[in-house]
Amino acid sequence: MNLDGETNLKLKQSLEATSIFQSDSSFKDFKAIIRCEDPNASLYSFVGSMEHDDKQYPLSPQQLLLRDSKLRNTDYVYGAVIFTGHDTKVMQNATSPPSKRSKIERKMDKIIYLLLSALVLISAVGSIFFGIATHDDLEDGKMKRWYLRPDQSKIYFDPNRAPAAAVLHFLTAMILYGYFIPISLYVSIEIVKVLQAIFINQDIQMYHEESDKPAHARTSNLNEELGQVDTILSDKTGTLTCNSMEFIKCSIAGTAYGHGVTEVERAMTRTKGTPLINELDDEDHEENHVDAKSAIKGFNFEDRRIMNQNWVNEPHADAIQKFFRLLAICHTCIPEADKDSGKISYEAESPDEAAFVIAARELGFEFYQRTQTSISLHELDPMSGRTVERSYRLLNILEFSSSRKRMSVIVQDEEGKLLLLSKGADSVMFERLAKNGREFEEKTKEHLNEYADAGLRTLVLAYRELDEEEYMTFNKKFMAAKNLVSADRDEKIEEAADMIERDLILLGATAVEDKLQVGVPECIDKLAQAGIKIWVLTGDKMETAINIGFSCSLLRQGMNQIIITLETPEIIGLVKSGNKDAIAKASKDSVIHQIREGRKLISSSSAESFALIIDGKSLTYALEDGVKDMFLQLAIGCASVICCRSSPIQKALVTRLVKTGTRKVTLAIGDGANDVGMLQEADIGVGISGAEGMQAVMSSDVAIAQFRFLERLLLVHGHWCYRRISSMICYFFYKNITFGLTLFLFEAYASFSGQPAYNDWFMSFYNVFFTSLPVIALGVFDQDVSARFCLKFPMLYQEGVQNVLFSWTRLLSWMFNGILNAIAILFFCTSAFQHQAFRKGGEVVGFEVLGATMYTCVVWVVNCQMALSVSYFTLIQHIFIWGGVALWYLFLLVYGAIIPTISTTAFMVFVEALAPAPSYWIVTLFVVLATLIPYFAFAAIQMRFFPMYHNMVQWIRLEGRADDPEYCQVVRQRSVRPTTVGVSARLDKVSQLITRKVHHAVHSL
Amino acid sequence: MEMEGGSSSGSAGGTQTHRRFSPVRSRAFYKFTQQNLPACKPVLTPGWVIMTFLIVGIVFVPVGLVCLHASESVVEIMDRYDVECIPEPYRSNKIAYIKDSSISKNCTRMIKVQKHMKAPIYIYYELDNYYQNHRRYVKSRSDKQLLYGLKYKDTSSCKPEETSNGLPIVPCGLIAWSLFNDSYAFVRGSGEMSVNRKNIAWKSDREHKFGKHVKPFNFQNGTLIGGGKLDPSIPLSDQEDLIVWMRTAALPTFRKLYGIIEEDIDADEIITVHLFNNYNTYSFGGKKKIVLTTSNWLGGKNGFLGMAYIATGTFFILISVLFALIHVKNPRPHGDPTYWSWNRKSNAS
Repeated sequence: MNLDGETNLKLKQSLEATSIFQSDSSFKDFKAIIRCEDPNASLYSFVGSMEHDDKQYPLSPQQLLLRDSKLRNTDYVYGAVIFTGHDTKVMQNATSPPSKRSKIERKMDKIIYLLLSALVLISAVGSIFFGIATHDDLEDGKMKRWYLRPDQSKIYFDPNRAPAAAVLHFLTAMILYGYFIPISLYVSIEIVKVLQAIFINQDIQMYHEESDKPAHARTSNLNEELGQVDTILSDKTGTLTCNSMEFIKCSIAGTAYGHGVTEVERAMTRTKGTPLINELDDEDHEENHVDAKSAIKGFNFEDRRIMNQNWVNEPHADAIQKFFRLLAICHTCIPEADKDSGKISYEAESPDEAAFVIAARELGFEFYQRTQTSISLHELDPMSGRTVERSYRLLNILEFSSSRKRMSVIVQDEEGKLLLLSKGADSVMFERLAKNGREFEEKTKEHLNEYADAGLRTLVLAYRELDEEEYMTFNKKFMAAKNLVSADRDEKIEEAADMIERDLILLGATAVEDKLQVGVPECIDKLAQAGIKIWVLTGDKMETAINIGFSCSLLRQGMNQIIITLETPEIIGLVKSGNKDAIAKASKDSVIHQIREGRKLISSSSAESFALIIDGKSLTYALEDGVKDMFLQLAIGCASVICCRSSPIQKALVTRLVKTGTRKVTLAIGDGANDVGMLQEADIGVGISGAEGMQAVMSSDVAIAQFRFLERLLLVHGHWCYRRISSMICYFFYKNITFGLTLFLFEAYASFSGQPAYNDWFMSFYNVFFTSLPVIALGVFDQDVSARFCLKFPMLYQEGVQNVLFSWTRLLSWMFNGILNAIAILFFCTSAFQHQAFRKGGEVVGFEVLGATMYTCVVWVVNCQMALSVSYFTLIQHIFIWGGVALWYLFLLVYGAIIPTISTTAFMVFVEALAPAPSYWIVTLFVVLATLIPYFAFAAIQMRFFPMYHNMVQWIRLEGRADDPEYCQVVRQRSVRPTTVGVSARLDKVSQLITRKVHHAVHSL
Repeated sequence: MEMEGGSSSGSAGGTQTHRRFSPVRSRAFYKFTQQNLPACKPVLTPGWVIMTFLIVGIVFVPVGLVCLHASESVVEIMDRYDVECIPEPYRSNKIAYIKDSSISKNCTRMIKVQKHMKAPIYIYYELDNYYQNHRRYVKSRSDKQLLYGLKYKDTSSCKPEETSNGLPIVPCGLIAWSLFNDSYAFVRGSGEMSVNRKNIAWKSDREHKFGKHVKPFNFQNGTLIGGGKLDPSIPLSDQEDLIVWMRTAALPTFRKLYGIIEEDIDADEIITVHLFNNYNTYSFGGKKKIVLTTSNWLGGKNGFLGMAYIATGTFFILISVLFALIHVKNPRPHGDPTYWSWNRKSNAS
């Protein structure tokens, strides 16, 4: 069952009352009544009871198997089905798959409305003029324009029914000027998007070789949306991390061991270029580490001082021995010996427990057998230097719980000594130390801080020797508590445990790395530099989530953490009382209060950066109607947001909140079935095609193999696609307005009778042959800057987020350009070809000559305009653009050669009339150049004086200063907003700190 | 993962390692799929912009001068006669005059030639406010009938001039029906000048659009006579004035070729035009003009093209100079993002 993103073992137990039923036959007369809550989406709670033999047994989530669970360690279970189908918790968490459209497309619809109203408007204007002209044709029975025979007119031109004629003309005009509405745009966009998606799929740099998985754009609808992402909502397990824990460092008796380099340290080293943060004393260790890497899963520890049994020679050898022995004993893992190799692997409830046991094994304390009452180890005897078998009598296990934050075992060793071995969070462990056990407290705390900042999961280890008497009292109490059936059973157990877990002697601390996927810190850093906000939504515990926050640099030391949680004493107290309404009310109040406090904190200090961490329970209340806006405001004010313990539906709700609340594009990324809702809810869902099965991928819009590919997907492909699509749409509107408006303007010369200026086939082929391919080439191939520069200057991405390339101003300026061009073409053509002869033979310009000339100009102008706006000219562009123009002449030639009854006005028009006339060519040249000048001048001035960011990068490339690292750094530094999260931000902080220290030192001198 | 892309040259290694994507495909195709084709990436640098403006300007001005000269060298004489050719008593009711077929429409105009006109001299009539491009008008013809004559029956597009007295009309339609029928005769001091009325229509029209064996039939026989009549004995392909007329004009003010005078006319010579003012433009208030003009490689007289070329050319040169001045005076430090508008914005916020 991986609803919380983890494929870990979850302990499920039957009620003790029913555990006696072990065979089919025992259920013969079994009768019980189960009462439970209504179907709901909460995965971590279940309230119910079972009545059996006139006794009530409470049911908890521990007795509940969720749908899709897989059984481990047992072959079958007996059970009763509580909910089926849509009532199951899994299905309750499912959201219906939405149909997604990109913001650009939605905006495009609005533009279509705008154009439609423009179309209606000009048609109406035309109809009014037409109506007036028609009405005037007949005055008192006398014909004015007698050559039109208004006296014998059908309704379309009847002066006596001029209003009706005008209405009919309106319909004609709507069709005639229909070029305003670019229907072919939709077709072209579909083609372009599919091709773009193919390019994304083909990108070798998003191809994961190990798993043989390329990136896969599952829908081509959202390509350009990838370039506008404002917030990324990321799952943790399997997305940021590999869901494997590695024992990496430890601190024993005040000495830090372990040279392993964490992913985040590696990232920082790489970013900086010098191992500033790296605490390595010698560099060659890093290479060693690389060699040894991943040799053993869950173990990434490297230190010659204690490995290979060298620990015997360390000053605190006895402490080290106790330390690892504790790791080997104090856990709930089950060993599984591989029969062939004899190698032992472990089945653990959580991967970090497994990491401890593995670490102990690797250091010579091999746990190999567990029985109900004993734990057996192979361990080194420091005296003899040989491996001996040792077994410990397991007396009690004081289990881990989130409130206790520690676990202990009581064992009796072979010498009969009673030992309490304990491990737990530093917050609870230090206060339980004995006075004489605090020898290494300071040192250990120091190390713990270092580990925590590196995102490592830390545990403090301590032990204590018990005397017989003490143990007996404890055991009595403990057993009594265990056998209680009343509601305060847990409390009693806890009390008993509390009694014994004190006066501990500190041994040290462990640091386990929740392994990040390759390149995650760098990727997050780049995304943060690009101005994208990253939220982590995880089903994990808060501590884990915070650790990961640290390790991917979303959190760092010195950031103000605003933690919203309901694990406060008052609420817990209330929970015990069991009054549901009171709990809900108090919880809500508490959450609101905490949100208010957080906002106050943020508004009071502007310089510092904040991180918001909220747990699932609080989230339930924070997402309620009255509260969610407040919550969103708070979250927006924070540099990073981490939601832990959140259920799939909460992930989806948070996503919806961000999406609707900020009205920006959200991207959700996840790999497991628990992320499906989130992926579907977000504007873009990115599925990681990793180990967690296909469910996330199936419901995603884009699937990638690794989180780090997100960087290229967004910064390169997203940026390009956004730019391409928006330029393409702008251009499409431009070209259709240019064309459509010449038709309308010509009507002014034709008394608005609805006579098109061009031959019918010219008009039909405009969007099909002469101007279509260059637009598609623009949409598929254009690049403002190369991929290298996209990644080098991540701020370029903000062009998409701020939507500068598809703003109304830009759109309207393109349309304005179209209007201007149409006017210029018509005006220049009619003025040049007035009524005089246009060639030596004295022939005057007829209807067909003017139409063909104007059309030639339109084709030239829109294609040259394309050539001007393209910033990436490959052979393909050349072929398409100039091919479009050539095709027009070719068409004119071929079409003109067909018999006149078919080609009508185009018959021989090019061969006979246009081509031999110098004035035709001179007019074309003039109209094209003069029409394009406004745009050209505008573009030149913008490039020179008001360059956009991509223009700047173009300058840099052009001047060949891209290889000058210092120069680029300057540009980038100045363009990058001060980021608050990410490796770079962390580095900045560290260097600031150092500067300050140096400053301070200088002053104190 | 290569952080800085490595897009320009780093693909060589990729080709070998990632066989799945490019088995034996060519390098060019690989570059294509990786969107890495060699490309020209034009950037509007000041140098380019200045050069473009300058070159276009330098080309435009001489072209303009040549065009203007060509246009200026054309001699054109125009005479408006629609008002003058109506006798005084009828001036108040021109429509009644023009419709009254009993009154002779004789009229004589004197045209003074200012400059020497070299043959061939083209005679045009110019009509004004005449919508030959009106949709109803343009469509009112039958190309097939013009080509095949009475054999072609489906002439519904010609309505209302499709049939008359139950018989089909050839050529049908409003265009033919409204054929211009003023006629001109030119007399100079030495005697009548011959006007060549052949070869005034497009060759393609004569040969391919109007039938050689199609003769006018039942034309202008209706109750309402539109324009000119046609000689029923001459096939349509030889009725060049009809052919010219039927090539509809694009604009409401248009000229149509009437004929060609094949002899030079000297300066200060006075030409007498005997004309029959038959055509009714008075109903819709259109002017009628007679135009005599010479022609050259650019066509007739129209200064627009030349002036436009010169004006825009000069404008381009000025702009390029302006740009150059600005560029030299304050060369932009290109790498400076403070110039970048949105940086200013974000700094402010």
